[in-house]
Amino acid sequence: MSSFLPPSERNWWSTPVGKQEVIWIGIALVWCLIMFVMMPYWHIYGKQNLSNEAYQTTPERFQSRVDEMVAQYKVGEQAGIPIVKPPAGSDVYMLGRLWQWYPILELEKDQSYRLHLSSMDWNHGFSLQPVNINLQIIPGYEMVITVAPDKAGEFTVVCNEFCGIGHHLMLGKIFVREN
Amino acid sequence: MAQFRVCPDSGFYFDKSAESLMKANAVAGAVSLLIAGILGLGVILTRWQEVHLLPADVFYQALTGHGINALIFWIIFFEMAILYFASSTLLRTRLAAPRWAWAGFALMIIGMVMNNIAVLQGNSSVMMTSYAPMQAEPHFYLGLILFAVGALIGCFVFLGTLVIARDDRTYEGSIPLVTFGALTACIIAIFTIACGAIILVPTFLWSIGYIGHIDAAMYRVIWWGLGHSSQQINVAAHVSVWYLIVGVLFNARPMSEKVSRTAFLLYILFLQLASAHHILVDPGISSEWKVFNTSYAMYLAVLASMIHGLTVPGSMEVAQRAKGLTKGMFEWLRKAPWGNPVFSGFFFSLIIFGFIGGITGVVMGTEQINIIIHNTIYVPAHFHATVAVGTTLTFMALTYLLIPVLFRRALFLPWVAKWQPYVFSAGMTLMILFMLGAGTLGVSRRHWDMDFTGAMMAFEYPGTAYTMMAVAGIGGVLGVLGGAMYLVVTVGSLLFGKKLDASAGLFQGFGVPLAPSSYDVTQPERLPMAPKLAVEEHGSAGFEAPGTFALALALLVCFVVYYFINWDYLASVWPLS
Repeated sequence: MSSFLPPSERNWWSTPVGKQEVIWIGIALVWCLIMFVMMPYWHIYGKQNLSNEAYQTTPERFQSRVDEMVAQYKVGEQAGIPIVKPPAGSDVYMLGRLWQWYPILELEKDQSYRLHLSSMDWNHGFSLQPVNINLQIIPGYEMVITVAPDKAGEFTVVCNEFCGIGHHLMLGKIFVREN
Repeated sequence: MAQFRVCPDSGFYFDKSAESLMKANAVAGAVSLLIAGILGLGVILTRWQEVHLLPADVFYQALTGHGINALIFWIIFFEMAILYFASSTLLRTRLAAPRWAWAGFALMIIGMVMNNIAVLQGNSSVMMTSYAPMQAEPHFYLGLILFAVGALIGCFVFLGTLVIARDDRTYEGSIPLVTFGALTACIIAIFTIACGAIILVPTFLWSIGYIGHIDAAMYRVIWWGLGHSSQQINVAAHVSVWYLIVGVLFNARPMSEKVSRTAFLLYILFLQLASAHHILVDPGISSEWKVFNTSYAMYLAVLASMIHGLTVPGSMEVAQRAKGLTKGMFEWLRKAPWGNPVFSGFFFSLIIFGFIGGITGVVMGTEQINIIIHNTIYVPAHFHATVAVGTTLTFMALTYLLIPVLFRRALFLPWVAKWQPYVFSAGMTLMILFMLGAGTLGVSRRHWDMDFTGAMMAFEYPGTAYTMMAVAGIGGVLGVLGGAMYLVVTVGSLLFGKKLDASAGLFQGFGVPLAPSSYDVTQPERLPMAPKLAVEEHGSAGFEAPGTFALALALLVCFVVYYFINWDYLASVWPLS
């Protein structure tokens, strides 16, 4: 009953702590430190880390970058959206807007690309399926990550941040080809 | 002037105005839960793709209302009742400034109604998070602001009541552990509401045109100071209620006051940092910031939860063993009152909160692992384990304890109450586990149609994802049934429950007190310190609670295995740098 009564000792702070609690706190603390170290460890030795590179931008500025890339490297069209095949190692752009991802990217397997992402209007969620890479795309900010697709095939970008009534229509594509 | 009554069954003293406020807040919470439950049923029946009940606009509207009513209104109304209970009742003191408390309550009601109207009108389907620059109607934000101001007043009434109790010396020694935990919740609430004001006031001004621009990234960072922290109020509050319940049911005392209180202190210091969990894949935020914050500064708040995870059931085990239930590791648990919904509700919430909610929360809050989880349906699965089972089921269990004590009514349909925690936890656990699975397969949260009907491009989730969402749907329906059982019992008890006090009338729920003659105590006796116990050793090998220790180790094993499974999964996705 003393969980809701004042402690039985006025000086409860100096009451000795039982062995069981001390051991558990020790074990739990070690586990907490292991989990903490895992994140910096993965930054050094792991292959899946987000870069810290990001810029403030405007929809107009980002749109013009995308348009430049589309004009230069367009190789086809699907569902009215251009398919773009920029050279390996280059800067590639994709924008999210109500309710599409633009353009479609064609990348080469095992090559790395600097992928720039931004939104033209509201928040969007870049959810690359079926690999399951999920990023938050925020208007006014340009996120840059280096991606190196290690599997060939057709990948879909699902929008997974609610963006209004047409949210479920918002799909994009990334094709990864063997070279 | 006599203003207290003593409950003949429990021995708790109730200050008249505090009692009325507790009742009114608890009832307002139950109304919010009713709204949340009905909307939740619509949501889960839409996510179950074969049923796909609601059209897109209604679905997003229902999801917005479900989130706000469940995560904000239900919980915070109930927490106000807990704050008044933990201060005025537990410390046997009069409530500070009852008129202010009523004003706060009125603001909360106005805010809740205003926000619900905004959502109902249809132009504010912006989800609970209302990320700018997506805009809701001004009264959507204003409702939340008024509700928060009301809650803030409640927090200060709580603090004032602690001061009065101390000045009047209504208790010996230090405040009880449960009150200490409630104080933790109150401090976290004040931080939360401050974040809410910093972001929602400008957003409101933006919605009426006084401010031209809200930075979308800044909005997310500060909003989550409100959004996540409000759920940390719950953690502190429901852990306090766990201590209260083991105290009431088993006469349990904390294994160590020092350890349990230090764990609450760690919550105050570090729990808020977890707001970072939501911005781990956002642009413009550095890895150092993410690692420090997402880990609550080296997981010190996780350490605190792991401590409570041992000491809450541990204190129960010690008390049970002292009563002679000493056979084997688990007689203390086998012979617990499983038919009493106060116990079963508390225990299921403890287990599901720890094993599912706690572990998934830490895993998805790991900076890099978040890449494979962010905004998938794994996220709502996690917080249904923490809030819908952890907090909500704890509050349900507490309700069963308080109906006879506070409302002076016997439980209506006790057999329904007896099964309610079983139905609710079974349903929610089923839903949670399968939503976790579907999230791992990439299924998106807050998404009307996993078939993408009408999209210009095609994509199909694997068939397993559909099966998982269907099972989650069944679980969700069962969970809603469990929620309905709770409301039938509670509302039924207030209307038809056997009167334990002749004056326990129908309008108590609106704060009407019992007959004046019930309040016959002018000043309660000073609250004594807990009786000293002769030092007794139970259990084996110097372990007071070996069964609990075994459970804790089982939790740790699950935690470690599941944690590294997720790193392994992460290692299989495209290299990113």
